[in-house]
Amino acid sequence: MSITTEYSAIFIQFLVALGFVVTTMIVSHLAGPRRKTSDKLEVFECGIESEGNARTPFSVRYFMTAILFVLFDVEVVFMYPWAVNFKQLGNVGFIEMLIFVGTLLIGFLYIIKKGALQWEK
Amino acid sequence: MESTIVFYLLSALSVISALFVVFSRSPIYSVLSLIVCFFTIAGHYIMLNAQFLAIIHIIVYAGAIMVLMLFTVMLLNLNKELGTHKFNLTKLMAVITGGLMFLVIIASVKSSSLANYQAPAYLNIGNAEDIGMKLFTDYLLPFEISSVLFVSAMISAVLLAKKEVK
Amino acid sequence: MEIILFKAILVLVLFLISLGIAAYSTYAERKVAAFLQDRIGPDRAGPFGLLQPIADGVKMFLKEEIIPNHSNRWLFILGPCIFMLTALMTSAVIPWGMPLEFNGTKYALQVADINIGILYIMGVLSVGVYGIMIGGWASNNKYALLGAIRGSSQMISYELAMGMSIISILLISDGSLSLSHIVESQKGMNWNVFYQPLGFLIFLICAFAEANRTPFDLPESESELIGGYHTEYSSMKLGLFLFAEYINMFISSTVISCLYFGGYQFPGLEYLSAHLPANLVSVISIGALFTKVFFFIFFFMWVRWTIPRFRYDQLMRLGWQVLLPLSIANMLITGGVITFFNL
Repeated sequence: MSITTEYSAIFIQFLVALGFVVTTMIVSHLAGPRRKTSDKLEVFECGIESEGNARTPFSVRYFMTAILFVLFDVEVVFMYPWAVNFKQLGNVGFIEMLIFVGTLLIGFLYIIKKGALQWEK
Repeated sequence: MESTIVFYLLSALSVISALFVVFSRSPIYSVLSLIVCFFTIAGHYIMLNAQFLAIIHIIVYAGAIMVLMLFTVMLLNLNKELGTHKFNLTKLMAVITGGLMFLVIIASVKSSSLANYQAPAYLNIGNAEDIGMKLFTDYLLPFEISSVLFVSAMISAVLLAKKEVK
Repeated sequence: MEIILFKAILVLVLFLISLGIAAYSTYAERKVAAFLQDRIGPDRAGPFGLLQPIADGVKMFLKEEIIPNHSNRWLFILGPCIFMLTALMTSAVIPWGMPLEFNGTKYALQVADINIGILYIMGVLSVGVYGIMIGGWASNNKYALLGAIRGSSQMISYELAMGMSIISILLISDGSLSLSHIVESQKGMNWNVFYQPLGFLIFLICAFAEANRTPFDLPESESELIGGYHTEYSSMKLGLFLFAEYINMFISSTVISCLYFGGYQFPGLEYLSAHLPANLVSVISIGALFTKVFFFIFFFMWVRWTIPRFRYDQLMRLGWQVLLPLSIANMLITGGVITFFNL
């Protein structure tokens, strides 16, 4: 199976999905009624007057989660080439991975000890 | 023949989206066009038969690092468009770092002979099997050391976040 | 050229099936909820209310389209589009059954048999986060922003444990990232779930979190965030968000079946393929896959009415401090057992 065929197929699927999304957007734009009032276009805040701007800075913990996610995601990505060659690399490969994961576990323990993942406080 | 057309289309898309990253006034549009740019680069990887690299590129760059970027944009509350009230010092520093980067690129372009470069017809270097074999035999030490780099990154992230909380 | 044509047809059929299953999942969800709560559920539109999803769809199209004044107009539209687009893209690498045969040529029932299949799904999944983030941010609504941040944090957190449990699967199968290989390596009842029960459990929980299903539906918890990231959305833009969630549920069920329950494999498939015409076997194998898929869709709904919603700190603790270490341990134990007992 050639790689060109497979990726053209994915591209076709992309076109179909894109076509569906765009058509839906256009049809729903044309089909719906339009009776705009200034109240209707206000931000919804349970019926009371909206207060201030919504785009206020949020908890730094979410940011922390994102940073740690990037780090661990790269770590997981490193494991895929290892898992694919697991049989060929054998014992030595497993020990190499143990060292890698062991080092990372130290970092992980540090994160937990420092309470960086603690949400209730 | 077809692959040439696809290549030029992808390259045009990469360049346009990259330009948009730089020239967009709103940071959120910059981030979004950078994601588009990453996708076109993943397309280039696929054309080189480096499928594993392509998908890793999408998972790590488009799926992880850009999420962090988007979080940053949201966290910093960049509601208004930027670009009018930058300090001169920041501008100067940006010019210096950008200029240095430019020098590096020029140097690397000069030293390589792009004019008569012939791409190998069928590469296998970008597949998971080959990358794994190389990584766990020839490049074992850099791989293990990278784990130390991860740990230091974790520690610094925790320290930075702790400072902000207090 | 013929193969491309076949694949194009397959893409269209798959697209229609995804939409159909998503539409009838909404119906099934209400019927299952009614069954579990001793009610009748929708029964007005058509016999047994079977036309209800169509009525809902038409209603969505005919609703007024509201784009709030303070939102970023284009990003507001882009959010649900990305979410739907990524939901529809995931089905590309899934092997749906034994190959069909026309004029002596075999056509694999898989849109793209690429050698990075499972990573493709992870990649598309990780891009799906943007739909929620952009939609929630562009709404310029506090509830929407909170929902968006919660949703994206939750999705990225559970992606890690998910990736780890996939690695354990790679260790016990022949180390191919292609989904068709993973399915083929589970011939008969040789399903991965028997070798990876813990990995399966972790993957299942992560799938719930990725699909934003109860007990992890914090991003859209009605009682505190109204609608979460789609608070400001109306008409078909809301429809795309809700619809894409059901497509995600369908695809998650399919991926779970393929990774842990042998996909289209079932005991006796080899015997059948030796004695029956190829196309009939193909249809039977598709039926086997969809039986598993429908069970998991039902399971998703069953859990929704069984387990109450988590608190956000519990959710994050479960993801980071329970599932992630567990999945790493699972991977190391799997690797260790295979390496040192030479299995």
